[in-house]
Amino acid sequence: MSTPDLDALVSRSYRHGFITEIDSDTVAPGLDEDVVRLISRKKGEPQFMLDWRLRALEHWRGMREPHWAHLRYNPIDYDSISYYSAPKQKTDGPKSLADVDPKLLATYDRLGVPLHERARLAGVAVDAVFDSVSVATTFKEKLSAAGVIFCPFSEAVQRHPELIERYLGSVVPYTDNFYATLNSAVFSDGSFVYVPPGVRCPMELSTYFRINAANTGQFERTLIIADAGSYVSYLEGCTAPMRDENQLHAAVVELVALDDARIKYSTVQNWYPGDENGRGGIYNFVTKRGECRGRNSHISWTQVETGSAITWKYPSCILRGENSIGEFYSVATTNNYQQADTGTKMVHIGPNTRSTIVSKGISAGHGQNAYRGLVKILPSATGARNFTQCDSLLMGPDCGAHTFPYVEVRNPSATVEHEASTSRISEDQLFYCLQRGIEREDAVNMIVSGFCRSVFKELPMEFAVEAQNLLAVTLEGAVG
Amino acid sequence: MSEAQSPASTAAPATTAAVAAPLLEVRDLHARVGGQTVLKGVSLTVRAGEVHAIMGPNGSGKSTLAYVLAGRPGYEIISGSASFEGRDLLSLAPEERARAGLFLGFQYPVEIAGVNNAYLLKAALNAARRERGQSELDAFEFLALVRSKTQLMHIDESFLGRGVNEGFSGGEKKRNEILQMLVLEPKLALLDETDSGLDIDALKVVANGVNSLRSAARAIVLVTHYQRLLDYIVPDFVHVLARGRIARSGDRTLALELERRGYDWIDGQAAA
Repeated sequence: MSTPDLDALVSRSYRHGFITEIDSDTVAPGLDEDVVRLISRKKGEPQFMLDWRLRALEHWRGMREPHWAHLRYNPIDYDSISYYSAPKQKTDGPKSLADVDPKLLATYDRLGVPLHERARLAGVAVDAVFDSVSVATTFKEKLSAAGVIFCPFSEAVQRHPELIERYLGSVVPYTDNFYATLNSAVFSDGSFVYVPPGVRCPMELSTYFRINAANTGQFERTLIIADAGSYVSYLEGCTAPMRDENQLHAAVVELVALDDARIKYSTVQNWYPGDENGRGGIYNFVTKRGECRGRNSHISWTQVETGSAITWKYPSCILRGENSIGEFYSVATTNNYQQADTGTKMVHIGPNTRSTIVSKGISAGHGQNAYRGLVKILPSATGARNFTQCDSLLMGPDCGAHTFPYVEVRNPSATVEHEASTSRISEDQLFYCLQRGIEREDAVNMIVSGFCRSVFKELPMEFAVEAQNLLAVTLEGAVG
Repeated sequence: MSEAQSPASTAAPATTAAVAAPLLEVRDLHARVGGQTVLKGVSLTVRAGEVHAIMGPNGSGKSTLAYVLAGRPGYEIISGSASFEGRDLLSLAPEERARAGLFLGFQYPVEIAGVNNAYLLKAALNAARRERGQSELDAFEFLALVRSKTQLMHIDESFLGRGVNEGFSGGEKKRNEILQMLVLEPKLALLDETDSGLDIDALKVVANGVNSLRSAARAIVLVTHYQRLLDYIVPDFVHVLARGRIARSGDRTLALELERRGYDWIDGQAAA
């Protein structure tokens, strides 16, 4: 029987591992008040923003890096990181695609970002973030006709300061946790979305993030507000170039859903995972949280995590409004020496709140995959319900899967269900497919995709296809 | 058993016997699984157009023979050979054997959660078509083809949209195996206990499906414990496997005799 050469298959190269040569405007490494003031000044921010950043910095100085996650990595030297990097521009910023540096556009082409308005994914508006600065935003006109605000965070600070002041930090306060606090002090850009009452956002909104300059941390911040009765679907895709050293990525995403509003947030994360020996790769320490602030509001997180050396990420829902719904659908894959500690928190505050958690962890090579989830039912959450399903798939003898479910129920009327399973790629399933004449790699992909199906079906169509392909690439050769 | 004694040369229908090279030629095959030697010198010749039944008591090695021929991992060949249309079958990967035209109908078809039944079948069919130098079928052509087969197998079309064998009853799983066989049109079908767990109506449907595939170009090997199936799929040859060897071969009257006298009759002879 022929067995594919495992090493050759596993050592596939990272397809987005190129570096764009552009003059960057990068500050010296290290973090102090001056750096924060510099960032704020470069952004031309109002006083309240600077004050907020400085309070965060002050708070961060008294914090310690958390180490409770099931992760092992070399200490991060926060003084060796440059906290701001922006491509140098001839003017204050591009007014249209024509003003954007062609090299940047070429980079996006290689990433497959549908930047051009006539591009294949017509209907997707892209706010592309390149080393902390948004370089182009498409479909603005159509969105603004609907009253939807979709722009770089820094622009929102200029043009909609009242919304920023009202909502920034209202879900993830600057005191929240080590990484979120650091982000609050130094974040340079990100995306901002506001959907006015009763508006169904006419298209999927999409942001591609990319870390380019060496030794820069990327600290972007996203804030999405769905006003009463509105709907928005937001897609986030990520890649980063290949470098030997590790890069820190500490983002914050805040979602606010008011009465009867719905936010669907989908992520396909393909940051550089490091090489087959575990060298390099992104350290991804991200705080994502949504608050169902209004009655009958609904927030869904769907994530497909295939990249990063380290993933520390728990997209969560605060279910404050009565009858509100929180959902978390996740596929997390670790291959080679990747480590993921990911999951969610569902905090039930309002009565009759419901949450669903579906987590699929896939470990291959020496990958370590941990699901960590909290379901918390407060005394006020009468009739709250949670369903959690947590499945792990192991491929090969050297990987690991771990599950850390935490359940706190303080209202006796609540219903909490938890199902968990750990399995290996079944020889029987594989043989069944082979016996039908299907190639081994295709058979593995088919079985793994089947395993992930309940998550993939939550993704918008074009993302589902991309996610499936990405998964296939990530796991190439993982079963011999 | 030597080739000269094989039933193909003594009792074969006149149409196929002399000229056609054997589709499957198994010679003195010894194999073990889990450290235990299960096949202890099996020889078998199957020519195109023939239907063979392999019978025998539990543990006699019937399923092992089917798995070994299909290339299931964990089954180790000790000695002997098996060729398929003159090619060394045992050197091929399982998927290569399948694409060469060998189909195994599983006794216990496995569930594959989340993988659409039609999706798997289409992938399998197109793999077979590529192998034969035919163009791949698109979704519409595929559906048209499958529809005619589902009707024959009394399978509801909604079945195609479900996960592979996911939540299927025992009978549905078996009918699904035969459906796959009808779509893939293999040269040689090994059907492992396809009759087990079927009520009489389902058995007739399955037999009808199998019979529809009978042709001068194909062969079918039925592995079964009971004579009952052979009332509906009439074999040209019957072999009795006992203690890892073919203890006796004959025409279908052998199956009837077995039913009358029980496996102890053969077992006693094989031990002697």
